[in-house]
Amino acid sequence: MAQGVVAINPVTISPKTGISAALMVLALILLALGAVLSRAEAGAGLGVADWAAIRFTVLQAACSSVLSVLLAVPVARALARRRFVGRAALVTLLGAPFILPVIVAVLGLLTVFGRSGWLNSGLEALGLPAVSIYGFHGVVLAHVFFNMPLATRLLLQGWQSIPAERFRLCAQLRLTPRAMFRAVELPMLAQIVPGALALVFVICLTSFAVALTLGGGPRATTIELAIYQAFRFDFDLGRAALLSVVQLALAGGVALFALRFVPVITMGGGLDRVMPRWDARADVQRVMDALVIGFAAGFLLVPLAAVILRGVMGLPAMPATVYLAAGTSIAVALSSIIVLLALALPMAGWIAGRKGGGLEAVGLLGLAASPLMIGTGWFIVINPYADPFDFALPVTVLVNAMMALPFALRILVPPMRDAVETFGRLSAMLGVRGWALWRILLLPRLRRQIGFAAGLTGALSMGDLGVIALFADPDRVTLPLQMVRLMGAYQMDAAAGAALVLLVLSLGVFWMCDKGGRGRAEA
Amino acid sequence: MLKLEQALIVQDDFRLLADFTLEPARNYAVIGPSGAGKSTLLAAVCGFVPLASGRLLWDGRDITQDAPGARPMTMLFQDNNLFPHLDVLQNVGLGLRPDLRIGTAERDKVMEALARVGLADYTNAKPGNLSGGQQSRVALARVLVQARPLVLLDEPFAALGPALRNEMLDLLKDTIAQTGAAMVMVTHAPEDVRRIADEVIFVEGGQAQAPRPAAALMDDPPPELRAYLG
Repeated sequence: MAQGVVAINPVTISPKTGISAALMVLALILLALGAVLSRAEAGAGLGVADWAAIRFTVLQAACSSVLSVLLAVPVARALARRRFVGRAALVTLLGAPFILPVIVAVLGLLTVFGRSGWLNSGLEALGLPAVSIYGFHGVVLAHVFFNMPLATRLLLQGWQSIPAERFRLCAQLRLTPRAMFRAVELPMLAQIVPGALALVFVICLTSFAVALTLGGGPRATTIELAIYQAFRFDFDLGRAALLSVVQLALAGGVALFALRFVPVITMGGGLDRVMPRWDARADVQRVMDALVIGFAAGFLLVPLAAVILRGVMGLPAMPATVYLAAGTSIAVALSSIIVLLALALPMAGWIAGRKGGGLEAVGLLGLAASPLMIGTGWFIVINPYADPFDFALPVTVLVNAMMALPFALRILVPPMRDAVETFGRLSAMLGVRGWALWRILLLPRLRRQIGFAAGLTGALSMGDLGVIALFADPDRVTLPLQMVRLMGAYQMDAAAGAALVLLVLSLGVFWMCDKGGRGRAEA
Repeated sequence: MLKLEQALIVQDDFRLLADFTLEPARNYAVIGPSGAGKSTLLAAVCGFVPLASGRLLWDGRDITQDAPGARPMTMLFQDNNLFPHLDVLQNVGLGLRPDLRIGTAERDKVMEALARVGLADYTNAKPGNLSGGQQSRVALARVLVQARPLVLLDEPFAALGPALRNEMLDLLKDTIAQTGAAMVMVTHAPEDVRRIADEVIFVEGGQAQAPRPAAALMDDPPPELRAYLG
């Protein structure tokens, strides 16, 4: 409309399915919460160990997020202003840890930083004391490994959102690098950093697999791990329940608070643009940037290379159970993708049809509600009627889909809104609605984002080690769990082989979905 | 045919009142200053903007609450008239089947319409590969197959150059005349009015005035219209 006097509002996407999907997610969480609460003994209270777990959880999450973002700032800055061979590959690689199975990365970190790892071998050769990767700093190290690249990508987006004119203006005014940093870059950082900190903090709060493998013991147990131990070893449902409530309140509170800051997750388009800059031409700055980029690349690549090297050598040592577990994992991942799309697409349609964006909070519940709490809750719900272990895989599928939901909504809502704004009137005028609207307009327009969200979900699900650890029995094992068992039995070669298989499967499912979404690129 | 009965549009501090009747097979031009509500008037007739009060009557039947797709009319927008991911055949076929299940009978009709607008060879092309004029023709072909008795146009050829624009206007006029439909077109250009309109609806000061014969009005405009035309 030329004049734009009146907001045209063709309500074309029916909100019913979206609301039902959101209610289902809510019911899934609330039912689990209710079940957990019914077993939580109010009188028991939190013990010394529980308080220690809470303290540790918050402290490691704080340390991990601050370190991740702090380290990401120089890396993002260097990437934003330098052009070099392999830059595009490195930027793509920064997205990898997000879809990398935690347990695979842990194995890589162990190979490099572990007791008899590469680092300690080097230190020993130099006659220096060995460092230990277990405990607080091991957990933080692993979290930084995962989240520094994520933070770098978010910050890189920030840098590239600065209009080129600003830099030109600064060059014209001959601002010193310091003045330029204060005038241009600091305001951008002030916008992006809180969101990045909050996102990493929430992710680390609910960390389980890292704590399970690198933490443990009274001094390095997260709430999530404590829930697992209370449930699995002590079968103390009351305590597991109480801890679950603490976890939900803590992570839920932070997540709700963080929603306002968390930046939109893009597919990495446009990150390959390099800003022409005039302020960083001194040799010192060049060398610094090169060092920073080299360090970041090494920090990312060396553990990954370790996984691949060890994995190739370990492949022959793998027992047949690994292949069975791989089959299970593939089935779980594919089912998670289907469940996620069935939930996320209608929800995104509902949210996109509304003016405000606060509804995304529903999706965020998936991030805040601990998978182990949901697992525990559903164990309690199912237990009186059937053997909960029979439901291990379906519950895993549901929980995996919910974990991916907040990310999927962040990916799907903006293009959905865009499609409705651009083609909503045309569709309404032609009488295209209901299923036809999805088939003719929304699914084709969102193809890329759907592929990306599906790939993300598949990879997250493939590598997830959460609920399945609670429900595990010998018959129903996913590949990550099988890996943990092999590591627990000190069959490190076999575990390394399994890690390589898992790595290939995770990246493979992501690649195939993402590729499928890009497909015939047109229009 | 279509009666706007004390139709009032209110949004925030914007108000527009329309009270007149449109006759079949007539060509109406809607003119008026920017921001007067020309596009809004069309959007309300088509069902994209709700009426605060008043009614829309189609041959005596109240269609005020009908969904846009259910009204006996169709509309061409300024842009985004075609789905970029569908080919020409599908885009035109949507006018017949909103579920896109185009059978042989529908296909024949689509082909006939495409031939009428001179695009018979472009059935499988995507809009992105067509020129602006060709895209307009595809949209026109869809208007043809829809064969609704009223066609609304919101500056549909604003993005085209003058020569192409006149060509499209003539094609539009012919096409609409063939289907026997009435047409209401928002335009900024007085020469467009002379080219295609029988009657003019002047929108200004919160009111859409009743249609008046175009030729007489343009030759001897009243003061407020003279002020607008300059």
